[in-house]
Amino acid sequence: MSKKTTLQIKNLHASIDGIKILNGVSLNVSSGEVHVIMGQNGSGKSTLLSVLMGHPRYSVDGGSIKLDNLNILKMSVNERAQAGLFLGFQHPQVVAGVSYGNFLRTARNTVAMARDKKAVAVSPMDFAKGMKAEMERLKIDPIFISRSVNEGFSGGEKKKSEVLQMAMLEPKIAFLDEIDSGLDIDALKIVAKELVALHKKQKMALVVVSHNPKLIALLSPKKVHVMSKGKVVKSGGKELVKQIEKLGYDAFLKK
Amino acid sequence: MAVPQKTKKLLANTGDSSAFSFKTETKSFFKAPRGLTEELIREISAFKNEPKWMLDFRLNAYKVFLKESMPKWGADLSGIDFENIRYYVRPQDKAKTKWEDVPSEIKDTFDKLGIPEAERKFLAGTGAQFESEMVYHSVQENLSKLGVIFESTDDGLKNHPELFKKYFSTIIPVRDNKFAALNSAVWSGGSFIYIPKGVHVELPLQAYFRINTENMGQFERTLIIADEGSSVHYVEGCTAPTYSTDSLHSAVVEIMVMKGARVQYTTIQNWSSNVYNLVTKRAVAQEDAQMFWLDCNLGSKVTMKYPSIILSGKRAKGEIQSLAFAAHGQHQDAGGKVIHLASDTSSTIVSKSISKDNGRSTYRGLVKVVKGAKNVKTRVVCDALMLDSTSRSDTYPTMDIREQDVAVAHEATVAKIGEEELFYLMSRGLTEEQAATMIVNGFAAPIVKQLPMEYAVELNRLLALEMTGSVG
Repeated sequence: MSKKTTLQIKNLHASIDGIKILNGVSLNVSSGEVHVIMGQNGSGKSTLLSVLMGHPRYSVDGGSIKLDNLNILKMSVNERAQAGLFLGFQHPQVVAGVSYGNFLRTARNTVAMARDKKAVAVSPMDFAKGMKAEMERLKIDPIFISRSVNEGFSGGEKKKSEVLQMAMLEPKIAFLDEIDSGLDIDALKIVAKELVALHKKQKMALVVVSHNPKLIALLSPKKVHVMSKGKVVKSGGKELVKQIEKLGYDAFLKK
Repeated sequence: MAVPQKTKKLLANTGDSSAFSFKTETKSFFKAPRGLTEELIREISAFKNEPKWMLDFRLNAYKVFLKESMPKWGADLSGIDFENIRYYVRPQDKAKTKWEDVPSEIKDTFDKLGIPEAERKFLAGTGAQFESEMVYHSVQENLSKLGVIFESTDDGLKNHPELFKKYFSTIIPVRDNKFAALNSAVWSGGSFIYIPKGVHVELPLQAYFRINTENMGQFERTLIIADEGSSVHYVEGCTAPTYSTDSLHSAVVEIMVMKGARVQYTTIQNWSSNVYNLVTKRAVAQEDAQMFWLDCNLGSKVTMKYPSIILSGKRAKGEIQSLAFAAHGQHQDAGGKVIHLASDTSSTIVSKSISKDNGRSTYRGLVKVVKGAKNVKTRVVCDALMLDSTSRSDTYPTMDIREQDVAVAHEATVAKIGEEELFYLMSRGLTEEQAATMIVNGFAAPIVKQLPMEYAVELNRLLALEMTGSVG
C-alpha cells in the first residue's frame, strides 16, 4: 500500500425509487488523508457512502467514480471491496447463524487473494491470533469471535466491530458512517485512537460522516466538507467545524 | 451423503452436485420385471424364505394398497407410474458381515461414497442397502456381546422371530396410508435394531441406502426397539444416480422407545432429483422416554414425510427438527406430528426450509393433545427462507387441543433473502454466491449444529453445493 491511491468522485447523481438524493457530488480523496463530511439530516451523506460502495437500491443517474484508473461504477459491491473500498455501516446488519470469526476470515482471504494472486489463505489459527490482537486494541470481548455476525451486539459493540473488520480487511479508502453513534466517551476515544493508528500505519484514507466535534477533533482531518441537498456546498479545513458549531448549517446554506 | 472423509475428497474432485450421481454396472442376482402382482409378492416372500404369517401379512397389505386411494392433499404425485416400477432387485444372494465378501462392483459404489471407511472412525455399526437388500451389516463386537442387535430387517425376522412379531407393524398399521400399505406388501431390507435394558450405545449406528437401478422402488422397513433406560442414535443417509425417469422410495420406520429410553433418529436425505420419497415414520415414547427426529431433506423430486411421535407415557418428551432445501423442480412437503396421550408430556417441533429457483417447500404439522393429558407443553417453530421470487413456501400448522391445561407456543417466519444482508457481506469482499451461501448456512445452523460433527461438516458442504451457480 505504498503507492498513492486517489478516489475521484465527479458530478455524481443518484436516486432511490425515482427520488433524487445526490445532485452532483464532486470530491477527491487520496491515501493518507482524513476527510470529514458534515451536514444536516437528509443532506445525502449516508447515501453518498452507500452509492460509493454500490448499494443495489440506489441508481446512479450521472457522474463518475474512479479509483485511480478503475471505473468503480462498473464494479459489483464485492469487486469494490476487493479494489480497496470499505464501508463502516451506521446500522451494521445482523446475519443470524454466521460465525463472526469464520465470516471475517473468509472475507479477509477472499479480498487478499483478489488483490494479490500470489497471496495464500491465512490459517484459522494465524487469523485468530491477528484478530485477537486487534480486538484487544479495540477492547472487544474475545467471545465475539464465536458469536453470529452482529447478533446480540450492543450499539457500541457493533461500531467497534466495524472498525475491527476494517482493520482486518486493510482497505485503501474507508468510509465510516456515524461510527461514533452508540459509543460512550471511553469507547469513542478507543475507536478514534485505533482509526488514527490504522490510517497512519496503512496510509489508509478515511472519509468520516459525523456530527461529533469530539471525534472530529481526535481525527484531525485534512479536509471538512459540508453537504446540503445532495451536494458538497462547502469544503475547508478543521476550522469549518468550529464555524458550524457557532453558526449552524444555515449560515453555509444561504450562500 | 453419510460419509465424510472420502465423500469430501470426491466432492472436491468433481466440484459439482452430481457427485453422488454416478451409476454402477452390476449383475443383479435377481431383478423383478416391472409392475406389481400378487405372484411377485409370493416370489419375494419365497426368496426370503419367510414364515407364512409374513406372506399373509404381505398379501393382505397388497389388497389394502390396491383399495386405498392416493392422498388427496400434499404434493403432486401424478407422475408416479406404479406399472413402470421394479419392486424388487436382489443384488446378491445374502447379506455379508465382512466387507471383503461384498461383490466388488457394489463395494466400489460404497467405497466411492466412503463406506465402510467411516465405520472404523466414528460409528458403532454400519449397514448398507443396495437396491432392495442390505448387502452388509456389522456392529462392534462389544455391543453385540451386550445383546445389541443391529441386523437387516430380513435377518431380524429370521433370527429373532418373537421379538420381531411383537412389535412389527404395531406402530404403523398397514391401513395407515397407501404407501405404508405398499411398503408392507413389498418391504425388503432396512434395519432391525434392539438395544437391551440400560445399554447406552455411545457412537451412532449408521445405515446407508443406495438406489442404483432405473425405475427402482426401494421399500426398506426399519424397526427400532429401545428397551427400558437404553439409548441409541441411528443415522441414515440416502443417495441415487440421476436418471431421466422416476424412482420411488417408500420406507416405513417404526420405533418403540420404552420407559426412560432415548432414541435419536437422524436422516440426511440426498436422493437424486428423480426420486419420489414418500416415507412413513413414527415412534412411540413411553413414560419418561425421549424421542428425537432430526430430519434433513436436500434431495428427491418430491418428499412427503412427517416424522411422528406418540407420547404415550407420563413425562415423555418428543422433539422433531427438520431442514428442507427445495431447488428447481423439487417439492419438499415435510414437517412432523406429535400426539400427546399422557400428562406432563412435552414436545418441540422446529422446521426450517429453504427454497430457490421455483423450488417449493411446505411445512405440514400436527400437534394433538387428547382429553385427560394435563400439564402439556408444546412449541412449534417454522421458519422459511426464500432465495428468489419464483420459489414458494407454505405452512400448514394444525393444533388439535382438547385439554385446558396446555402451554402452546407457535412462531412462524417467512423471509426472502435480505438485500441488506447480502450488501453487508459483499461489502466485505465476498461474492454474491459466497454471501448467499453464508446466509443459507447461517439459517440452517440451528439444525445443522445438532448433527454429529462429521455430518454437520458434510451437510454444510452439500448446502454450499446446492447454492453453486444459484446467483449472478
